[in-house]
Amino acid sequence: MRPFRVRNTAAALGSTALAATLLLTGCGSGGSGSADAAGGKVTLTVDLFGTFGFKESGLYDEYMKLHPEITVKQTDTQDEAQYWQALQTKLAGGGGLADVQGLEVGRVASVVQKQADKFTDLKTLGLGGVNDDLVPWKGAAVKTADGRVLGAGTDIGPEAICYRTDLFKAAGLPTDRTELAARWSTWQGYLDLGKQYAAKAEAGNAWTDSAAGMFTAEVGQQKIRYADESGKPVHDSSPAVKTAWADATRLVADGLSAKLPQWTPEWNKAFTTGKFATLSCPAWMIGYIKGQAADAGSGKWDIAPGPGKTGNWGGSYLTVPKTAKHPKEAAELIKWLTAKEQQAKLFTKQGSFPSSTGAQAAIKDTTDPYFNNAPIGLIFSESAANMPAQVLGTDDGVITKAFTDALGEVERTATAPQTAWQHALDNIKKANGS
Amino acid sequence: MAVSTSARLPAAATVPRRRRTGRLAPYGFVAPFFTLFAAFGLFPLLYTAYVSLHRVELQTADRMDWLGLQNYTRLLEDPFFWNALRNTFTIGVLSTVPQLLMALGLAHLLNYRLRGRTFFRVAMLMPYATSVAAATLVFAQLFGRDYGLINWLLGSAGLGPVDWQASTWASQLGVSAIVTWRWTGYNALIYLAGMQAVPGELYESAAVDGASRWQQFRHITVPGLRPTIVFTVVVSTIGATQLFGEPLLYEGNAGGGISHQYQTLGLYLYEQGWSFFHLGRAAAVAWVMFLLIVVLALVNAAVAARRNRTDR
Repeated sequence: MRPFRVRNTAAALGSTALAATLLLTGCGSGGSGSADAAGGKVTLTVDLFGTFGFKESGLYDEYMKLHPEITVKQTDTQDEAQYWQALQTKLAGGGGLADVQGLEVGRVASVVQKQADKFTDLKTLGLGGVNDDLVPWKGAAVKTADGRVLGAGTDIGPEAICYRTDLFKAAGLPTDRTELAARWSTWQGYLDLGKQYAAKAEAGNAWTDSAAGMFTAEVGQQKIRYADESGKPVHDSSPAVKTAWADATRLVADGLSAKLPQWTPEWNKAFTTGKFATLSCPAWMIGYIKGQAADAGSGKWDIAPGPGKTGNWGGSYLTVPKTAKHPKEAAELIKWLTAKEQQAKLFTKQGSFPSSTGAQAAIKDTTDPYFNNAPIGLIFSESAANMPAQVLGTDDGVITKAFTDALGEVERTATAPQTAWQHALDNIKKANGS
Repeated sequence: MAVSTSARLPAAATVPRRRRTGRLAPYGFVAPFFTLFAAFGLFPLLYTAYVSLHRVELQTADRMDWLGLQNYTRLLEDPFFWNALRNTFTIGVLSTVPQLLMALGLAHLLNYRLRGRTFFRVAMLMPYATSVAAATLVFAQLFGRDYGLINWLLGSAGLGPVDWQASTWASQLGVSAIVTWRWTGYNALIYLAGMQAVPGELYESAAVDGASRWQQFRHITVPGLRPTIVFTVVVSTIGATQLFGEPLLYEGNAGGGISHQYQTLGLYLYEQGWSFFHLGRAAAVAWVMFLLIVVLALVNAAVAARRNRTDR
């Protein structure tokens, strides 16, 4: 009658329970495979965001030649916000972390104040002095109150303006770097020149990519931005934010923005089509432009010192999480990667500006053929020399996103600046309020 | 049903030990499901409720501070929560209603004798077999503001470009289009299966009585499909309430657009938990969503039951 019958109920229940247990344990033990191969070989995993350029400039290959027993494997997330989310999830779960994890400057205060216990104190790995050669604020930012060193500084982001000489010529604007730097020595001058450009440029060719880019660059020139020295949030009242907001909304009102959201496919495509003529350019943006515009953009772009001839936008650190499988080898690697010779090499190949003073001295004369042989060493060194020691807050990343989103509303949905400003403050409150 | 009756029959005729075995065996068979459900369904559900009563931050996940119902009261005071609820509703209507109507129409067409019927049926199921990520990324390209195909078509028809990301209605339509594209075929196949259970004689006699195709559809197909329609409505409502992948990948951020104009409840939960790291609050959102779905399912069931009573 029945096609299938289990004689013994206990056996039936037992076998199903066993099957269930197997399933459960099978799910629990994934993702902890050791990277060690036979013969004492060590595989170091490095997890980064954006484009650090270590791989592109051949630094890993060089390191593996120097240390034949080491293999370096890199994974990479383009968008830093997504990287940060994934990193937090892994830190909370305690698994899946690489031997070396990258860290953006906007997040470093959060890690130092809230998660210092999850990262290895580099002093215990013999790297207590790893940041001694760097510009002082860079090393100070990654040190805890009790003196632990949680990361090694890589690059910093001194600012300039990148511009399209072909579009400038077509609109009858000067293309000489010194002349332009003088014309846009202030943000007001930058907007004025923009209006002059807009009057003659073809329809659909805007002055700059977005209000957000200009806002971030301008805020990055001030010491106090989103939090003051005591850690108190001042994003709604600091002069840095207010001035930058006013200038960025004026940019929109004057119709000078291409209204492109940064780090999106549309924005990336616009690098080749020439939808915008200028771009706020932290040093690492050089590598990004080369990546997006590629050969089509070679010789069309140039770089000049921007308004105020200073500012910092971005820059990173390398850390070793507590769960790293090979902390000793990881420490060796980051020590080498952040040493001045390698930092200098990264600048000449990728444009990531060194935080090491030794490397800064070595790259002063660098020029870049892609950018009409612009003296990028000189321009960015000057910008870095004027750079203030920024006060970093725990929520810098979230606050930046709230303001740049709000500027997106202003330029893309015709929201009144006052309303958008309120939206930004509401969003920050939503993210932080406890 | 079939298992339990057949299990009881022979048991009555055999020795007591066998009878007990016969009674217990079905429980053995259903045990795997309930074991897995307890581990991956019930436990997370209850633990989420526990977490939702505490302040828990992802960055310091070991620390739990008792808050009582504060996460819930804050939620009800948060305008972004109500915004997400509104968006979930509008996107739900924008995607579910055309989706089910189109599915019904398609199923009706495929129920006729057509050449290459199997091909059409398989083709219709293809979108359902596509991953959300792949579909959404392609649609996001199509809906691009400056270089998207749709705006290019609009442009060649003499219409101005639409900002499919930043504008509220356009972005909600964009997200709904992806959902509709993915699920129409699936629902059509379910309707088709339901239609094939409607006896053919009904159509024949209706045709003899001079009923047109449309009248046949209205007076035979639709009433015959009522249980199937109720099923698809319930499933679609639950799907719409949980909508997550499409709006997340549409622009690749958890905010659901620069003004949160297409942030659904699912995204709002994710943003609270994984962008802002407030796990306690995210857990509270999860529970509110769960209760909402239960209420919606009950409403659906009540409506269906009432319609059945008034019709018969």
